[in-house]
Amino acid sequence: MSDKKPKKRRDFLFTATTAVGAVGAAAVVWPMVDQMNPDASVKALASTEVDVSSVKPGNTITVLWRGKPVFIRRRTQEEIDEARSVKMEELIHPEKDEDRAKNPEWLVMLGVCTHLGCVPLNDKGDYNGWFCPCHGSHYDTSGRIRKGPAPWNMEVPKYEFVNANTIKIG
Amino acid sequence: MSDHDYQPKSKVGQWFNDRLPLLTLANHLTDYPTPKNLNYWWTFGGILTFCLITQIITGLTLAMHYIAHADMAFESVEHIMRDVNYGWLIRYIHANGASMFFLAVYIHIFRSLFYGSYKAPREIIWIIGIVIYLLMMAAAFMGYVLPWGQMSFWGATVITNLFSAIPLVGEGIVTWLWGGYSVDNPTLTRFFTLHYLIPFLIAGLVILHIWALHVPGNNNPVGIDIKKPSKDTVPFHPYIVIKDGFALLMFMIVFAFFVFYTPNILGHADNYIEANPMVTPAHIVPEWYLLPFYAILRSVPDKLLGVIAMLSAILILAALPWLDTSKIRSAVFRPLYKQFYWILVADVLILGYMGAMPAEGLYLLIARVATAYYFLHFLVILPVLGFKERTLPVPLSITEPILGGSPNLEAAKHTESKIK
Amino acid sequence: MKKLFKLILILSFFSLISAQTFAAEKVDYLKTDWSFKGLFGKFDRAALQRGYQVYTEVCASCHSMKYLSYRNLSEEGGPEFSEAAAKAIAASFEVTDGPNADGEMFTRPGKLSDKFVMPYDNVKAAQAANGGAYPPDMSVLVKARGGGVDYIYSLLQGYQDPPSGVTLDDGVYYNKYMYGNKIRMAAPLSDGIVEYGDGTNASVEQMSKDVTTFLMWAAEPHLEARHQMGFKAIVYLIILTILVYFSMKKIWSRVESEV
Repeated sequence: MSDKKPKKRRDFLFTATTAVGAVGAAAVVWPMVDQMNPDASVKALASTEVDVSSVKPGNTITVLWRGKPVFIRRRTQEEIDEARSVKMEELIHPEKDEDRAKNPEWLVMLGVCTHLGCVPLNDKGDYNGWFCPCHGSHYDTSGRIRKGPAPWNMEVPKYEFVNANTIKIG
Repeated sequence: MSDHDYQPKSKVGQWFNDRLPLLTLANHLTDYPTPKNLNYWWTFGGILTFCLITQIITGLTLAMHYIAHADMAFESVEHIMRDVNYGWLIRYIHANGASMFFLAVYIHIFRSLFYGSYKAPREIIWIIGIVIYLLMMAAAFMGYVLPWGQMSFWGATVITNLFSAIPLVGEGIVTWLWGGYSVDNPTLTRFFTLHYLIPFLIAGLVILHIWALHVPGNNNPVGIDIKKPSKDTVPFHPYIVIKDGFALLMFMIVFAFFVFYTPNILGHADNYIEANPMVTPAHIVPEWYLLPFYAILRSVPDKLLGVIAMLSAILILAALPWLDTSKIRSAVFRPLYKQFYWILVADVLILGYMGAMPAEGLYLLIARVATAYYFLHFLVILPVLGFKERTLPVPLSITEPILGGSPNLEAAKHTESKIK
Repeated sequence: MKKLFKLILILSFFSLISAQTFAAEKVDYLKTDWSFKGLFGKFDRAALQRGYQVYTEVCASCHSMKYLSYRNLSEEGGPEFSEAAAKAIAASFEVTDGPNADGEMFTRPGKLSDKFVMPYDNVKAAQAANGGAYPPDMSVLVKARGGGVDYIYSLLQGYQDPPSGVTLDDGVYYNKYMYGNKIRMAAPLSDGIVEYGDGTNASVEQMSKDVTTFLMWAAEPHLEARHQMGFKAIVYLIILTILVYFSMKKIWSRVESEV
């Protein structure tokens, strides 16, 4: 009879000790994991400004933003018409061109294939837009995926026109 | 080992264990019979394991951000301290962890000296330990070079120049170590490589160290051989695990205090000045844990002999099991040795203090006397003492000194019978 | 005996530390109350902001601070300027960027992510402009000097006329707290050299304290986080130690009863 009581208390003590110890161990793991996340200096490199005054219609420039290429294309009227006439049902990832390019003349998007991250080639592919050489994804003149293994359209980053000739990405 | 016939309970366990006896190993480690009279000085083995693991984990994470290049090393350390998430924490743990590691290893070594743990049949454990200690010094020294501050640079210059004391080939060896005509980028990159490698060598040796320990089993404060398992032993888990854990937590409180409240006190201010090959700091001092050997080096006026003396001071420890001729292990039963032991402790502390002082005048004289005494202790006093000393009677079992001769003996027996 | 052993080891450890720390010559530095010392020490925000003003208006003409970025000025635990204020500070500096599409370097107003603009392009230029003496970078200056904040604080107020018998070359000044007493920097502070926006009287003593506080933060930007985390960590460890102690007593009580 006298055996039982201390045993119970002991169990509680051991449980409490183990629990408190486990909390501490978990707390120690976090800094070791978090140190691999983007550091303060990386996070600070948020935006980049691009002068687009020298880009002619039908040309694309590529700039680096956060270590990734950004395509800035000054589209011709034909390309715009082509992009805007596509029916939503035909798209793998339906998005209106009007939403992707607020100013129809300028298409700004991350030049990264949404399949596995290669950089697609300009003015190539079956849809007069971009073609990814790695695994054959075809994008149209709005950077939307039309054929191939990529699941989504190329991503449009946050950007704004600071003035008529300068785009600020990020 | 008594647990060779261990069989896992589950079928899967048996199947696995027949092919790779990890479960037998786990069982051996948990059941490992440990003398029950081990005191807290025996907890430093576990604490040292913790130190090694901490250094490896924090070191790996630091290596993800550190740049081993003479032009960028200092800046990358500042980047770690300022921008990397928890970078300051990880670096301060790593930097202070080196000091805590040495603090623990010195206690561990001096515990061994006091209780005669290096004596037969534990000579191999002891010698592996000396090798680990040497590797620790190498790792610590090279690690101190990596931030590429003034002390890094000049410490590296001074220590590598020790090799120039070797006749004929010395200069060639130093140039080879540097990969140039001075400590420079090639030196830094190779030091980083070796600093990364050595902890894993240490980890391997630690496994051998523990393996060699588990053959004869632990020594104990009484220093006698005991039957295992027996009434004199307890299984490692949970008894020793919880005790080691308690001691480790106490150790961690001290560790945390350094990391969070005085993280730079053990370092040297000059190491926050970027390395400059044209200006030597006014007062070059190694880290505190190397000071006794630094004092020995400086107390010999000849370059080559100084280096030899410093190396001998460490290597002499490897011969200790044969230099100590006493049949009795524990200093508890060696009244004379116990006194000389404390004199040695004081001697090493004095050497450490002199290592931090300028090598001149009275400081130098004291350092020389202390150096001479250090060698006298191991080469003369210990061998002679083994023959001359009148030791105290040693108990037959460790249960005896716990209760033996104490007025509580009868009371304890009384209680024992009551419980039964 | 055991207690003695323990005592000796602990004492020796700390004596080694102090031997190393105070190995350099002893100087009695000027003392002041630093808000960032102690278990809960924090920076005095206003002092940091004033300190930045002293740095940028006085020190920055010679001393770089190359490891700091303008964004640090608005980060938690620092001077905590508003982000807009920090942006304005950054924009007031001309930063060299490039090359642009034509391969030319160009200047633009600073951004938060830019490092503090350096007064000289390189060490040689700094030396040439300062009679051969290099004004040290101030990013980690406090940690790079044995006396730390007390040393910097004292040095700034330690300019004196040389005692008789000491002759000084041109461009060398006498400072009570400088190693060797000879310093190549003229007394940088004088009463009212800056005008504090918050109305604080800009005495040499006040400015010394403010700028030293700022330098302490610059060298140790995560000091507040460190103190806060340290307190939590140690309290946690003490609680766990107590729990483990009682668990240990429980477990070992089984053994003692078997004896």
